[in-house]
Amino acid sequence: MELSTIAQQLVNGIQSGAIYALIAVGYTMVYGILRMINFAHGEVYMVGALVAWLGTSRDWYGVVSHSSTGGLVLLIATAMLVCMTLGVLIERLAYRPLRHAPRLIVLITAIGMSFLLQNLALILFGADPKTVPLTWRTVQLGGISVSLGQLVLLIASLSFMAGLQLLVKRTQFGRAMRAVSEDFQAAALMGVPYDRVIVGTFAIGAALAGAGGAMTAIFVGAPVTPTFGFMPGVKAFVSAVLGGIGNIPGAVLGGLLLGVIEALVGGHPTLSPFRDAIAFCLLIAVLLFRPAGLLGRAVQEKV
Amino acid sequence: MTWRKWLLWLIAVAIIMTLSACTSRSGGSAGGAAGGSGTVNPSARLAKRNAAKVEQSAPEPDQDRIVIGVYADLTGDNSTFGEETRNGVTLAVEEVNRAGGVLGKQVVVRFEDTRSDPQQARNVVTKLIQQERVLAVIGEVASTMSLAGGPICQQYGVPMISPSSTNPAVTDQGNYIFRVCFTDPFQSYVMAKFLAEHLKVKRVAILYDNSSDYSKGLAEFFQESFRKMGGEITDVLSYKPQDTDFRSQLTTIRAKNPDAIYIPGYYKSVGLIARQARELGIKVPLAGGDGWSSPKLVEGAGGPGKAIEGCYFSDHYAPDDPAPQIQEFVKKYRQRFGQTPGGLAALAYDAARVLFAAIEKAGKLDRAAIRNAIANTRNFPGVTGVITINEFGDADKSAVVLQVRGNRFVFVTRITPETATTAASARQVK
Repeated sequence: MELSTIAQQLVNGIQSGAIYALIAVGYTMVYGILRMINFAHGEVYMVGALVAWLGTSRDWYGVVSHSSTGGLVLLIATAMLVCMTLGVLIERLAYRPLRHAPRLIVLITAIGMSFLLQNLALILFGADPKTVPLTWRTVQLGGISVSLGQLVLLIASLSFMAGLQLLVKRTQFGRAMRAVSEDFQAAALMGVPYDRVIVGTFAIGAALAGAGGAMTAIFVGAPVTPTFGFMPGVKAFVSAVLGGIGNIPGAVLGGLLLGVIEALVGGHPTLSPFRDAIAFCLLIAVLLFRPAGLLGRAVQEKV
Repeated sequence: MTWRKWLLWLIAVAIIMTLSACTSRSGGSAGGAAGGSGTVNPSARLAKRNAAKVEQSAPEPDQDRIVIGVYADLTGDNSTFGEETRNGVTLAVEEVNRAGGVLGKQVVVRFEDTRSDPQQARNVVTKLIQQERVLAVIGEVASTMSLAGGPICQQYGVPMISPSSTNPAVTDQGNYIFRVCFTDPFQSYVMAKFLAEHLKVKRVAILYDNSSDYSKGLAEFFQESFRKMGGEITDVLSYKPQDTDFRSQLTTIRAKNPDAIYIPGYYKSVGLIARQARELGIKVPLAGGDGWSSPKLVEGAGGPGKAIEGCYFSDHYAPDDPAPQIQEFVKKYRQRFGQTPGGLAALAYDAARVLFAAIEKAGKLDRAAIRNAIANTRNFPGVTGVITINEFGDADKSAVVLQVRGNRFVFVTRITPETATTAASARQVK
């Protein structure tokens, strides 16, 4: 392989990895706090993409032009807001009543929620693939071609993640989140509003997934279907485990790593049919050799 | 690290590799024979077709009216295919009922949705036969789905006509299975010939859908035909339909600088592939098969005049062909549904009319007699060409090459089986 081909593959991989990372932080935050896998998270990503498509495929009385920068920012913000509301609703209706139920029940409820959202999207919008009617110019950087859309997507995702890191490390709410994830009973005894932290976590995770979905629809031009969130959701879950579930920088690292590995494998002439298989092999390998993930701490279970 | 852990790890890798290779090869147990390796010659195809037996008797069909079952993807990934199929059949049924029905009886259709899921296809075909007691079945579009539903029709002795499944293995499943379209060895020969002779292309890369029997078949047959014509295949890469990133495959393809890329997939992915190819600076023409033939193709590629402009695909008919039977069909279809019919609508219309003609010829609502009448279809004047069912249960027909211009698919050339005999019919067919 030539150097420029490898460089191009790295760029391809980082871009798809950034999306995995955006979804993965949602998985990892919810796991960190509730010790549950929110399988409906991929569907939140799909809803974000649907909002982007709805915003660009109609005129909306000419309120804002969807091809202007301001219009697109507004659109992504709307998608985040819609998904945030959805995330809060999911938590309220499906998970809060099961707060003290066995974990298996919560897990199955999460899978049910995922099916429910998929089928709702199917009933409301149908199954035909929907594409955002925008295209992006390509810029050449040496031997590497990057579309403007890809660049914006990459920069925006990285800033979202940097913002999240600041929020968790520097704010009162972030401190409460860390406290709850450390030991929720002790945190509750210290007066941390437990339920409010959980709702906030769902809201942030869902908003990021919504941004990821909206940006994939707008900047990549991926066709949106009701099953749009399934594969990215699974891949993001792999990323979260890869980086160490419960660990936010780990989820980002896991996502970027998975994206780059997938790009290198997908571009390989003989390995390309095994792209997904290799992602899952990676998951098994990590679970075998570093059960706590790349950046996760091994916690001794007290018995 | 102990050796046990290593062993476990190795086993896990082996299992996953095998599983993913299996699912990608067959898309359901019934499809195992389709994309798999191993050359099957025409006599083996015939032997397989004639060896399949009717094992169970299906519930007696309704004698007061003619009930036909249609299974198609109405809400899944390829739903525009199912919609066109439903419209084509509906048009044929409404016409024949207005003219007094078949054998003086009204025709009733039952539509079932497969959602492009092989398991669902098996379920709905069983339902059509056992609960709706249909006389005959029309469907599916995608070969993987027809390979799932076909064995059930054969098992119960219910004649099935696939309007548009092009993988050869579909009609090899038994002598109750027919199709009114051409097959993939011919379709890929058509595109290979078009690229080599009309576009004078020498080096082609292939990017195919690894989970579809149709796409894999086309990729294989195309390589064979194109190499025989003296062309070179620079790369063969694959994708999965749920992928949204094709840049890694396209980057590899770009490194070898081919003159064209053959992408025998379905429209949903092809649009995005075209976009990402252009974004990577790949300017060469893209080519494909009838899986492109959807009004959604151009939309998925970023709109008219964008990524897919000027690209070519093989299809069953051209709506702008001036032949009178085509123009009459296009007019009727537009009046009824307000759209221009694609190839799949025309094939569904033809499939239904071939079936009605066979029922008329059989003279009674008896499934075995109808099967024989379909098998003896000769020179039936269809919209998509003159249909003669050969001993394989396939239709010998010509194909057209269309070019994407703006929002329309424009007729470029027609390639007939006579010119292809050396390559597709007499050749060893996989």
